[in-house]
Amino acid sequence: CADSPRQGLPQDLEPSLGVAELLLCALLKKRLVKLVVNFLFYFRTDEAEPIGALLLEHCRITKEEENVFSISFIEEPERKYCFECDSEEQCQEWIEALKRASYEFMRRSLIFYRNEIQKMTGKDPLEQYGISEEARFQLGTRKQ
Amino acid sequence: MKLNERSLAFYATCDSPADNAGFLYKRGERHTAYHRRWFVLKGNMLFYFEERESREPVGVIVLEGCTVELCDSAEEFAFAIRFGGTKSRTYVLAAESQAAMESWVKSLSRASFDYMRLVVRELEKQLEEMRWGPAGGCGGCRGLPGSWKPKPSVPEQSPERLPALPAIPPKENGCAVWNNAPGAVRPHDSEGNPRPPPLPPRRRASSSEAGGAGAAAAESSSTFCRLHEQYGQEVARLRQDWLERRRGPRP
Repeated sequence: CADSPRQGLPQDLEPSLGVAELLLCALLKKRLVKLVVNFLFYFRTDEAEPIGALLLEHCRITKEEENVFSISFIEEPERKYCFECDSEEQCQEWIEALKRASYEFMRRSLIFYRNEIQKMTGKDPLEQYGISEEARFQLGTRKQ
Repeated sequence: MKLNERSLAFYATCDSPADNAGFLYKRGERHTAYHRRWFVLKGNMLFYFEERESREPVGVIVLEGCTVELCDSAEEFAFAIRFGGTKSRTYVLAAESQAAMESWVKSLSRASFDYMRLVVRELEKQLEEMRWGPAGGCGGCRGLPGSWKPKPSVPEQSPERLPALPAIPPKENGCAVWNNAPGAVRPHDSEGNPRPPPLPPRRRASSSEAGGAGAAAAESSSTFCRLHEQYGQEVARLRQDWLERRRGPRP
């Protein structure tokens, strides 16, 4: 009764950066890409259902040649998903958005801001929301 | 739909700390029998394994756009993860104790990326208000000698970039360990009150210490964007450094 991992993917939620048509370099084919939370969905241009999705955790976003960026994953670093944009500007926009699209990146940002605010004010900014003790927001080493 | 399942499995089993982990009973899709599975919550992903020692998850539930609620069930300590919309689906789970159920409901209901993003934006806003003042005026301390200096070793650095983050000890498990040691010395003003850290250097060459609050107000929103940008880049850069260092010693 194992569920397929494909179920429950958030493709219908609001995209973080709209939808763009980029060239998938490996196939020299255009694909619509949609960034939703920490997933990058990709579609054939005229289809409503995504062909696939990339989970953007533990990945590296790299600027390649002009207008091109790549996504590679820590467990398979030599395999790159390359995308060519229409312009350098669009390329930079997507690189920045993708770099921030991981949950782990956001967690680290939160911990950093929390620490900064605590240093400046002496108070924990998460206390007012009642979430100071949440495991996911802890400063320092987190134990499993 | 194709998914980079290797990456999913990697995220599930790598040594980054889990936000919650434990045995739960999962009700089957077609049959109402419950099966005991090992669940691991990381970020917004709830992975489940056949056994605790299994090397790959058998499934994953992405916790976006869902609600977590207690549910009426013959099974004790049951709760449900409910997705709405056209592909509505409800996952019914049961814990082994009241305490475990409460702990899971709490951690699952705050697990979404959206929620994390909300909290991050709120803290960014607070930090912005503290640095630039709610009316956009400068918080003072302009022109103080900074104890923050740009890191000289970073190659692509431009002289105008945000001062480096405080010295970071080696990272563990993908989390930066910030220098929040209790004995850390903080600069104090003449009354012994902790002095807020100096403002980052102005990017525009024309600005001077005498430039009034007006200039600060006008650029406060764009400066905040830049600040946000730069924090983001800094964190991303640190993370890449850490990844590289981590990969380095491997044969």
